Amino acid sequence: MGQPSVDTIWDWLDQVPDPEIPVISLVDLGIIRDVQWEGDMLNVTVTPTYSGCPATTIINLDIQTALREHGIEKLTLHRQLSPAWTTDWLTDKGKAALEKFGIAPPSAKGEPERCPNCGGHDLERTSQFGSTPCKALWRCRDCLEPFDYFKCI
Amino acid sequence: MAGKTNDDALFQFLLRMGDNSLILGHRVSEWCGLSPVLEEDIALANTALDLIGQTQFWLGLAGEVEGKGRTADDLAFLRDAWDFRNVLMVELPNGDFGQTMMRQFLYDAWSQVMVGRLIKSGDKRIADIAEKASKEVAYHVERSADTVVGLGDGSEESHARMQAAIDYLWPYVGEMFDGDEVDAAMVAAGIAPDPASLREEYDALVNKVLSEATLKVPTDVFHHKGGRTGYMHTEHLGHLLTSMQWLQRAYPGATW
Ligand SMILES: [Zn+2]
Repeated sequence: MGQPSVDTIWDWLDQVPDPEIPVISLVDLGIIRDVQWEGDMLNVTVTPTYSGCPATTIINLDIQTALREHGIEKLTLHRQLSPAWTTDWLTDKGKAALEKFGIAPPSAKGEPERCPNCGGHDLERTSQFGSTPCKALWRCRDCLEPFDYFKCI
Repeated sequence: MAGKTNDDALFQFLLRMGDNSLILGHRVSEWCGLSPVLEEDIALANTALDLIGQTQFWLGLAGEVEGKGRTADDLAFLRDAWDFRNVLMVELPNGDFGQTMMRQFLYDAWSQVMVGRLIKSGDKRIADIAEKASKEVAYHVERSADTVVGLGDGSEESHARMQAAIDYLWPYVGEMFDGDEVDAAMVAAGIAPDPASLREEYDALVNKVLSEATLKVPTDVFHHKGGRTGYMHTEHLGHLLTSMQWLQRAYPGATW
């Protein structure tokens, strides 16, 4: 069996769920920055979302586990800080999955477009931080439901 | 030996950056489960996480520059008080919620100006960390400034507490702008700015926010020092370390 192509590896990584928001993949999250073969060594470059994100170690472990299950034997993970992660790197597929799950996806104007529950536009922020470093807490005045907003950074 | 001297200075500089965020991060984490409302509890815990995350970058690089094989964890958990290089302000006990948020603002404002300059550092490793941290710092300062304004320009009680907080903390602000031979070496190498050069931008931000908060900025210019040089910490640092380092001291090398 030959070496799997880089595209195949990207597809495999797109099957690895984010440990904190499992409805999106690590590729959807935009933290996989590069995949390259160097001889028989596979190099995967990953950037952290937030400096202190406790999921970082789990994410690295999940990448290793997934790729080893696909038969990759020689693997090196690289951490890249610059350019710093931005929510602009979330895929459209990922944003749609977030909204369906009940998390308002990041929006360029710095606040949610609409309530992920009822689609309402009368929204207020209840806290700048939410259940994970990447989220803030909002509330919809139409349906009165609280919801998470994926912060735009 | 010029290269070695520079590495020593760089190591000290990185310890100062890392120890500031580590010790403040630990202090802020002490609020976990104790904050006045749930949202504040979550926000403080997240702020602490960001700070400790930044610590891993600064101290990780410090260990690399030192070249003795020490990791960020080794530096955090296996040094004693006299080897820490954080400014005194961050090791002070939290006080009430208002005092904690006032300190957070006074630190965030400095941090924002500092990482803004470090993004242009001649050392790419430092520029990269600063770029990463700057996004988080911008978020922190927005929140701490809002809270300082909300409480300062709030009730009679909250206003009085915030004025007491700034009066108490102000003598610790000056140390962030002190410079010594380590800073001179960083300036000469194009790695980091002269701390004093941050003051104007800092004062402009602090004065704007405190005046919006209807608080008076103390005029006394005296300031405490000894933290960033390691000459003398307050008694509080030792107490903090006994709690923070307890596990590694009791069970050396423990992992989970
Ligand atoms: Zn709604």
